[in-house]
Amino acid sequence: MLIQIKRNVIQGFVNFWRNGWVSLATVLIMVVTLFVFGSLFFSNVILTSSLEKLADKVDINVYFKVTANENEIMDLQSSVEKLPEVKKISYISRDQALKNFREKHSENALITQSLDELGDNPLGASLNINAKDPNQYESISKFLESQNYESIIDKVNYHENRKVIEGLNSMIKSSRASGLTSTIVLGIIAVLVAFNTIRLAIYTSKDEISIMRLVGATNAYIRGPFVMEGIIHGILAAAIAMAVFWVPLSLGRENIVLLFLPFSPIPDVSGVSTSEFYGGPNLFNYFISNFFVIFLLLLILGVALGVISSLIATRRYLKI
Amino acid sequence: MIYFDRVSKVYSPTSVALDEVSFTIEPQEFVSIVGQSGAGKSTLLKLLLAEERPSSGKVFFESLDMHKVRNEDLPRVRRRMGIVFQDYKLLPTKTAYENIAFAMEASGKTEEEIQQDVPQVLELVGLMDKAWHFPSELSGGELQRVAIARAIVNRPDVIIADEPTGNLDPINTWEIINLLEKINELGTTVVLATHDKEVINSLKKRVITLEKGKMVRDEKRGRYIL
Repeated sequence: MLIQIKRNVIQGFVNFWRNGWVSLATVLIMVVTLFVFGSLFFSNVILTSSLEKLADKVDINVYFKVTANENEIMDLQSSVEKLPEVKKISYISRDQALKNFREKHSENALITQSLDELGDNPLGASLNINAKDPNQYESISKFLESQNYESIIDKVNYHENRKVIEGLNSMIKSSRASGLTSTIVLGIIAVLVAFNTIRLAIYTSKDEISIMRLVGATNAYIRGPFVMEGIIHGILAAAIAMAVFWVPLSLGRENIVLLFLPFSPIPDVSGVSTSEFYGGPNLFNYFISNFFVIFLLLLILGVALGVISSLIATRRYLKI
Repeated sequence: MIYFDRVSKVYSPTSVALDEVSFTIEPQEFVSIVGQSGAGKSTLLKLLLAEERPSSGKVFFESLDMHKVRNEDLPRVRRRMGIVFQDYKLLPTKTAYENIAFAMEASGKTEEEIQQDVPQVLELVGLMDKAWHFPSELSGGELQRVAIARAIVNRPDVIIADEPTGNLDPINTWEIINLLEKINELGTTVVLATHDKEVINSLKKRVITLEKGKMVRDEKRGRYIL
């Protein structure tokens, strides 16, 4: 049994070497397949993180009247904080608001001057609320309205932002769906192409398989070298695919997002630079820090593809 | 040792390859199966190898009903038969030595046994000097001798040769036939399918004659009569 396995392994390497060109073509096709899978994986990383960033940028502000009592505002804050939908809530006091405003317009002498002349602080305090999910702003806003804080609340800007929030919600939904669809469709195509290549490579060996059967080789023994070849193909393809990812990722670094644009179904927004718009993570750093996980993933995928394709492809020739 | 019991093989109503053929082959016999092309010789051998199933009747190899042997067990039974084909059926990606060694590897022999036996059979068929040539570098006669070496290396109980001389010139034909006779003298049963009149008439061994799928003659010291 052990000697049979050893023979299968050696024969697998010998066949791989003697079938030079066919082996090379098979490995390259598998590299393409693994590259597609890796790209889908990376574009999902980009998609998820940019969707998260976009969702983070959405918030609602509760503006209070200048006359509002700070204790009442604190009451409201603590009751909103208890809502399960709320991810983050921050209080901006009147002084803070004024400071922010001055900073923002520090270069505008007219505004600074008029503020100085005014003497008093014209700005009200506000609460900035982030929801866990953009869908939940509706209910938060309802909650704010249902409480009896009308006397201190100047306005809640949910109704102004409503269109933007709803638009973003539907965009997130549709990009998740189209991301998933393209992953599935491209994944299936890639697997079929790789499977077919291996099938064709084994087709050329169908006479050999029948000869082996006739000289009394068992099915397992005949399949062994093909399975071994599949393993070699998978390992080489995973290693080459990693190298192929390395080059553009290390060169591109900043604008790498562009590379995966075809896979990312978010529409472009004119006037905003792509990486700024997507706000994606630095993919190269992501690649480096997850190097072994990604490599292991491609390795498992490649080897499984090679082995399963070999097993299926040899099956039909083993019935003599 | 080999027993055909009213075996028929019908591919379609207009194509009957074998029609109720029955015969027995004793151990250490040398039996020739003769007939024109299409008489059913190849079909008969394929049934013996369980490469195909009979439409009716039974084929026994010793006490084994060949068509009741499970697919997984077939290799073990086939190792007891050495097969020689008209088109040699050597593995093109393996050298002569490796082709012979492969049959031993497949039956789980150790490296020592292989290193000992392969040179021996190469010596027997007279191809020691061509051991490391690939099939594409060998002549027809040499290929057939490699194929015979592969067939006998596992010391089978029976050698089944399907038109082994069909592609060879007269001199190579005699070398192959002499080799088969030598193997038979060493105690192995030989079943030879051929349509070569010269070969049959000079062998003076048992001849089974097939005609359009029917067995028409079975003679102890037969001649080629059609």
